[in-house]
Amino acid sequence: MTFPWLTTLIAVPALGAALTALVPAGRGRLAKQVAIAFSLVTLAVAIAVIAQFELGGDRYQLAEQHVWIEPLGIHWALGVDGIGVALIALTAVATPIVALAMWPEAEAERRDPKPFFALLLLVEGMILAAFLAKDLLLFYIVFEAMLIPLYFMIGMYGGPQRRYAALKFLLYNLFGGLVMLAAVIGIYVQSVDAGNPSFLLTDLMALDIGADAQRWMFLGFMLAFAIKAPLWPFHTWLPDAAAEATPSNAAFLSGVADKVGTFGMIALAVPLFPVAARDFAPVIVVLAVISIVYGALLAIGQTDMKRLIGYTSISHFGFIVLGIFALTDRGATGATFYMVNHGLSTIALFVVVGFLISRRNSRLVADYGGLQKPAPKLAGVFLFAGLSGLALPPLATFLSEFLVIAGTFERYRAAAVIATGGIVLAALYILWLYQRTMTGPVRDDAAGTRDLGRREIAVVAPLIALILAIGIFPRTVVDVIDDGVGPTLAEVEVDVPPPLVTVNDLVEGNDQ
Amino acid sequence: MNSINSLSQGFAVQADVVRADTVQVVQEASGLFSWTWLLIALPLVGAAVLLLGGRRLDRTGHLIGSAAAIGSFVVAVALFIALLGESGGERSYLVPLWEWFNAGGYEVRVDLLLDQLSMAFVLLITGVGSLIHIYSIGYMEHDERRRRFFGYLNLFVASMLLLVLAADYLILFIGWEGVGLASYLLIGFWQHKPSAAVAAKKAFVVNRVGDMGMVLAIASMLVVFGSSSFEVVFAGAGSGVTTGWLNAIGLLLLLAACGKSAQFPLQSWLLDAMEGPTPVSALIHAATMVTAGVYLVVRSAAIYDLAPEARTAVVVIGAITLLMGAIIGCAKDDIKKALAGSTMSQIGYMMLAAGLGPAGYAFAIFHLITHGFFKANLFLGAGSVMHGMNDEVDMRRFGALRAAMPVTFATFALGYLAIIGLPPFAGFFSKDKIIEAAFAENILIGICALLGAGITAFYMTRVMLLTFFTSKRWADDAHPHESPRVMTWPLIGLGALSVAGGAGLLYIGGGIVDWLEPVTGEEHHDLPLPLALLIALTLTTVVAGVALAWFMYQRRPVPAVAPAGNPLVTAARRDLYGDAVNEAVLMRPGQYLTRSLVYVESRGVDGAVLGAANAVGGLSSRWRRWQTGFVRSYALTMLAGAGLVVIAMLLVRLP
Repeated sequence: MTFPWLTTLIAVPALGAALTALVPAGRGRLAKQVAIAFSLVTLAVAIAVIAQFELGGDRYQLAEQHVWIEPLGIHWALGVDGIGVALIALTAVATPIVALAMWPEAEAERRDPKPFFALLLLVEGMILAAFLAKDLLLFYIVFEAMLIPLYFMIGMYGGPQRRYAALKFLLYNLFGGLVMLAAVIGIYVQSVDAGNPSFLLTDLMALDIGADAQRWMFLGFMLAFAIKAPLWPFHTWLPDAAAEATPSNAAFLSGVADKVGTFGMIALAVPLFPVAARDFAPVIVVLAVISIVYGALLAIGQTDMKRLIGYTSISHFGFIVLGIFALTDRGATGATFYMVNHGLSTIALFVVVGFLISRRNSRLVADYGGLQKPAPKLAGVFLFAGLSGLALPPLATFLSEFLVIAGTFERYRAAAVIATGGIVLAALYILWLYQRTMTGPVRDDAAGTRDLGRREIAVVAPLIALILAIGIFPRTVVDVIDDGVGPTLAEVEVDVPPPLVTVNDLVEGNDQ
Repeated sequence: MNSINSLSQGFAVQADVVRADTVQVVQEASGLFSWTWLLIALPLVGAAVLLLGGRRLDRTGHLIGSAAAIGSFVVAVALFIALLGESGGERSYLVPLWEWFNAGGYEVRVDLLLDQLSMAFVLLITGVGSLIHIYSIGYMEHDERRRRFFGYLNLFVASMLLLVLAADYLILFIGWEGVGLASYLLIGFWQHKPSAAVAAKKAFVVNRVGDMGMVLAIASMLVVFGSSSFEVVFAGAGSGVTTGWLNAIGLLLLLAACGKSAQFPLQSWLLDAMEGPTPVSALIHAATMVTAGVYLVVRSAAIYDLAPEARTAVVVIGAITLLMGAIIGCAKDDIKKALAGSTMSQIGYMMLAAGLGPAGYAFAIFHLITHGFFKANLFLGAGSVMHGMNDEVDMRRFGALRAAMPVTFATFALGYLAIIGLPPFAGFFSKDKIIEAAFAENILIGICALLGAGITAFYMTRVMLLTFFTSKRWADDAHPHESPRVMTWPLIGLGALSVAGGAGLLYIGGGIVDWLEPVTGEEHHDLPLPLALLIALTLTTVVAGVALAWFMYQRRPVPAVAPAGNPLVTAARRDLYGDAVNEAVLMRPGQYLTRSLVYVESRGVDGAVLGAANAVGGLSSRWRRWQTGFVRSYALTMLAGAGLVVIAMLLVRLP
């Protein structure tokens, strides 16, 4: 019997959550240390898992399968493909960074930090389970269950409107989840009809489902995922949650947790319902393009920094969805790559804005100005995070955005052209934000603003290093993702026309 | 010699284009050539050290930065000498570095291509770049952020070298955006000035509009060729692609070029970019970065050769911009803005020449290089004047400075003679070639180019007279003095190049036209009029421009405040309403759209949902009354939900 690596990967953060919760009240510092230690152990396990992943190997590797509820065909089934590898890497890297960033925020809140750290680890375990689940019901359970700890994380810590934002978040996502439940049951009925009741993804993907049934179930799944990874017009919970949650929680929410939605699209909705995915692709492409432009324009119009970054995420989620539903290899690879890079980049932005807020206790752009003079390092990392947000090459975000645009251009020319307009708008919202907060004369009340401290540098340095390293040497990451995207798209059976001119023969013909 | 691949030049043969007899072969680099990456690595490491090194490098930062640039120049010279040792058809080396990525069969490698064209640019960038680094030691001496300034300059040099050495459009784009970033950082270097911060942002955003063209051009290449490497794209262009696609790619690349090179209609950022320190204006916004668009067009010769409509567009854009820039240059009282208008105009000449195809590519690059010499010279001269005049830029506050700053005056005069195109100074040879080629192509285009030469002579004479001649109009606290040697020596070097650069490049050895011919091809059209007559005509026009300026500014007193002018003057002072148009067509509607969307978002999209949320919110607050916390209620909800799931599944299972 081989070691259950994937179960371990889920169990470690779950155990960490339990232990953190057991830390006696009033020992906040110990709770933080326990939580950060467990998030680092989780990272180590994740690295061990990734190291064992073989390119070109089985579709789902390190698979584990145990019958859970036999008569219903429910399994504790885990496995990982290239898409999963990319996302567990993101989750495992992001969690300790978020925990470290939360450290002083919790102190500023004057609220017991213990619940936050325990919930953070709990959600991490659930997110990892969602990325690893190869049983639809298992996925559904963690997909829904993670709403509760996230609800408390938003509702207990953060701005004055946090309860409202938390409730909005919960209602939106519960609603989507309920509709999805109907579709989950629907596909299960199909497997019953086929004589093999099962929730295993491999079984469900093998089903031959009629086009009409596919369409209804696809819509059920997509509604839940489009709310989770907010797609226009289901997005309005995100800006509120981003604005009201603490910066590190907002970072975790839009950087990591929401990726479960886009993951669901590419890893579940598309391969389970290929006919419907093909049929609805043009509609979703339109919504994605609207998201890109709408999110960017709204970001330009914001006066609250965190809300602004929330809207940039809506724009970026538009790119991710666009890449997935272009249904081309480049588009889907770019979209998955984008999920990772958007995670790193958005976490960097939220965290740095959190640094700003911790200095002047305001989220409003208008309360800042000229900070680059007293705090040049802070301005530097702010600009770096911003440039990553506007996808400047060779930062990691660039390649993913380019692959999405190029992959979309293969099939939907107009959509790709409009989406490209997003790169202009991105420059506008990022650089205008930078201009208003960091440049200009130093305000009298800002002259003594502290520059980055050591702990703050420790939070952003790994993000900056990763964004640079992945951007300059993206090959391994892209190979791994491509390895997972290939078989997923193969389920959809769409043809992308080959290049009009094949010059390889021509070029190689001249080899001597 | 490993794999020997024939590049574009072999394939893109059109009936009326005479290409090199021998097909240019690209060889895998060995020996010295495999060290080409050092060109980029030196300034890149310099930038990293300077930007991350912190305060302890404040006292040596400028030396480290200059050493990195000079080191890169030394490598460039060594490579050039080595290339000279090869025969004409074998001067193209591919330097493989690493595979960037491979996504679904789209492979991009980080390779460098050192050939005649990139070599010419590398020498210009590192040579002029080194001189400007040295000059900046003096110019930025009293700036407490000098270390950072040199870090940004090094970053710029590294990015620009990557731009011209890349062997794949996507890698070129990295350099392209890198120079954009450096330009942004340096325009906004004095960030405490709001005008500098705004100008920096404007430059970046306008360039991004051009970048859309680049991104879509590369996306089109993927659809058509399945690759963005020069090798595949150039080979593929000549093998049965429809003209429609080639025109589309050509026009998209032109859009990119318009952004970077400040060509109409994306010209508006360049004048504002003069907010940056003057050495930046000289290096980035005159000599090198803004010519990247011309490089892009010439490098893409294989595409443009077969895309006649796109080429026509390049010519037309070039002609419009050369006149626009020249007219704007006539009306500016700010010495740097007058020179910036001139830069636009001169790049318009290069674009025009590049659009003429093989008949003009080499002349575009020739003018680009001589312009790099004399425009850097003029900008640094202007900087030297400002340095001696308490950073004054208004030429109406200058006058009669030739005695106070003799070296600056003498070198500036050499640059002046070069740009107006008097023989035997550099600009005469390069601009004259473009005017010839323009006349050979089309008489109307020729007249535009000729007219531009006259206007150039006018506005440059105006700058010269207002600054160094006429009468003193100095501010009361002005004590003009010559700049230190660390600034005047680079001026002398550039002054010498402004004199000898033109004839030297044209006649020494085979000259630059022969040097570039394996990359750009060659083509001759017959002139509609005798060459001697054309040269006489050009010189007459130039002399007329000089004379007009002499009568307007030397013979009459210059008012210290600009008089109201006629509508053309007003228009030129306002940059021919470029900003006004942008504001009316893009900015104001954009602001309106954004504001109304923010309103709709809060009232419409969200409002509907909010109604439902309020209803449920009311419900939940009622729950709160009978229950102490949320935990239990939601646990209950979850339990009920889970029960529902189980029941539903049992029901399904039963039959």
